[in-house]
Amino acid sequence: MRPLLDVVDLCRRFPVGKSQLHAVDMISLHVMPGEAVGLVGESGCGKSTLVRMLTRVLDPTEGSIRFDEREIGYIPAARFTRTPDRALIQMVFQDPTESLNPRFTAFDCIADPLRRLKGPWTTAGLKARVEDLAGMVGLPVELLGRFPHQLSGGQKARVGIARALGPEPRLLILDEPTSALDVSVQAVVLKLLDDLRRRLGVSYLFVSHDLNVVRLLCERVIVMYLGKVVESGPVEAVFATPRHPYTKALLSAIPSRGEEGGPRIRLSGEPRSPIDPSPQVCRFFGRCPLGADACQTEMPELREMGEGHRVACHTPMD
Amino acid sequence: MMLLEIDNLSLNFRTRSGVVKALEDVSLSVGRGETLGVVGESGSGKSVLSFAVMGISDAAATVSQGAIRFEGLDLLKAGPSDLDELRGAEMAMIFQNPRTALNPIRPVGRQIADVLLRHAGVTRAQAQDKAVEMLARVRIPDPERRAKAYPFEMSGGMCQRVMIALALACSPKLLIADEPTTGLDVTTQAAIMDLVGELARESRMATLLITHDLGLAAERCDRIAVMHAGHVVEVAPTAELFARPRHPYTARLISTTPRPGASLAALEPIPGSLPDLRGELAPCRYSARCHLYQAECDAGPLPRQDDNGRMVACRRPA
Repeated sequence: MRPLLDVVDLCRRFPVGKSQLHAVDMISLHVMPGEAVGLVGESGCGKSTLVRMLTRVLDPTEGSIRFDEREIGYIPAARFTRTPDRALIQMVFQDPTESLNPRFTAFDCIADPLRRLKGPWTTAGLKARVEDLAGMVGLPVELLGRFPHQLSGGQKARVGIARALGPEPRLLILDEPTSALDVSVQAVVLKLLDDLRRRLGVSYLFVSHDLNVVRLLCERVIVMYLGKVVESGPVEAVFATPRHPYTKALLSAIPSRGEEGGPRIRLSGEPRSPIDPSPQVCRFFGRCPLGADACQTEMPELREMGEGHRVACHTPMD
Repeated sequence: MMLLEIDNLSLNFRTRSGVVKALEDVSLSVGRGETLGVVGESGSGKSVLSFAVMGISDAAATVSQGAIRFEGLDLLKAGPSDLDELRGAEMAMIFQNPRTALNPIRPVGRQIADVLLRHAGVTRAQAQDKAVEMLARVRIPDPERRAKAYPFEMSGGMCQRVMIALALACSPKLLIADEPTTGLDVTTQAAIMDLVGELARESRMATLLITHDLGLAAERCDRIAVMHAGHVVEVAPTAELFARPRHPYTARLISTTPRPGASLAALEPIPGSLPDLRGELAPCRYSARCHLYQAECDAGPLPRQDDNGRMVACRRPA
């Protein structure tokens, strides 16, 4: 099977005065059809820049983005909106309150992308499609006439998901879709997302810093640190035996109820500056609890450390 | 005598659409050196409670009954000048969003010095030195330089550390931390909570930790109080609460939270949502959502106290 999304050596640099800020630096990743991949990392690690390039609202500096075996990386963002691939890559945003137009009813929120990307529609046809989508995400049809402020958090999240699924995407990018929700609602939305993926065969790229949620929903996970992929692999392998010290620190920072023992890894200091970083020094050096001499003279590359489990570290952990 | 005692506190808000019964018969206590967690969904009254303790409730709030005693002094009857002496010195608060809680047009070192000048009886020079010392204690790198920085020049995690330095400047006996790490990365969250815990141990400071994150509460608190719709439904030592939740709401809250080792199918959502706190409410505010509801519940929850300091307010506790 060929990957649905295949990203090779993607870079995005932003000019800062005379220097360059390396937001995304030589990232390669792929997502298979129907697969759910988690993307985790701290704020400022380049997750959002990467996502904005994949949804093609931001142009890459270098590198290739192949979607369904078509190169889409070179198409300017302004023109991408008029290609058929626009409908096939959709996004669910972090905060359903901020991302829904407050002057649109739930019906219009869902119908708007359909009108723009699909169609032409008859009034009855559009109504039937919107009601169909509402049913799919478990939003009562009676609520379609309401405005976002008249809906609860969980209902707004459902509108956001229905809107993204409307144009029949093959890749759905979810940016922290449950972080604004209460735990009581979060579980329902997570189950809905999992069920929809299995039913519709959509691929998910799930951006989150809640590792417990990634573990529940994803098959593979990619860990980013300061613009680089530091570890990737099957969820079970990465969570059970993290090999990169950053992944290990990330996992040991999840509050647990003391069920899982083991010493904690605490990171000290602030991350290195992403402005004109040295190409020879590991980005994690200085915060890393291990840190060998080689880390300062040679940037570690991703290496295979077991089935599909890749790590970029000179001193991987067991 | 406990350091902080809240007795049968009821608090209402007058709004144009009716009276909101935000807190009803809330009783809690915090001892010296103890960390008490307050957990519950958003809208359950956690923040209202912490604001009431600090005496900074909204102008629309009225306390209809009850008392809040700090070292025996009734805060609800105390005059403004007594409260001014306490707040900042004896009791301090860390707010949810450090960027909005800090003064945006005053360097952070000056803000800390202001508190010291008001409460500690020091000279301006001593206050400045102490402010730098506090910044160093919360592990802000290069504290002399950072003391002159404005909040917008710092990251979210650093602003949160400044808030902690500000709150702890006069070594308060009680710290109220209202969602102190919401929106921060897990690694930063762990570092900040380690810091609060360390400082609490050093000076036997009591902490009231308000959070919606059960994992965080489990890891950091000695005892946990569970709130639902303005009622305290259960109070128990942390380990016992998780091992044997007695209130059906507590049990559901625990089983709906994603945690290591649990599958998606194992998450049990809580049906329904919080009741509207305006107008007539059922005596047990959880009854409409409760899977154990029976006619006898309409007589209202029955608070039961056992010898181990556990409290549960339910007719049919587990």
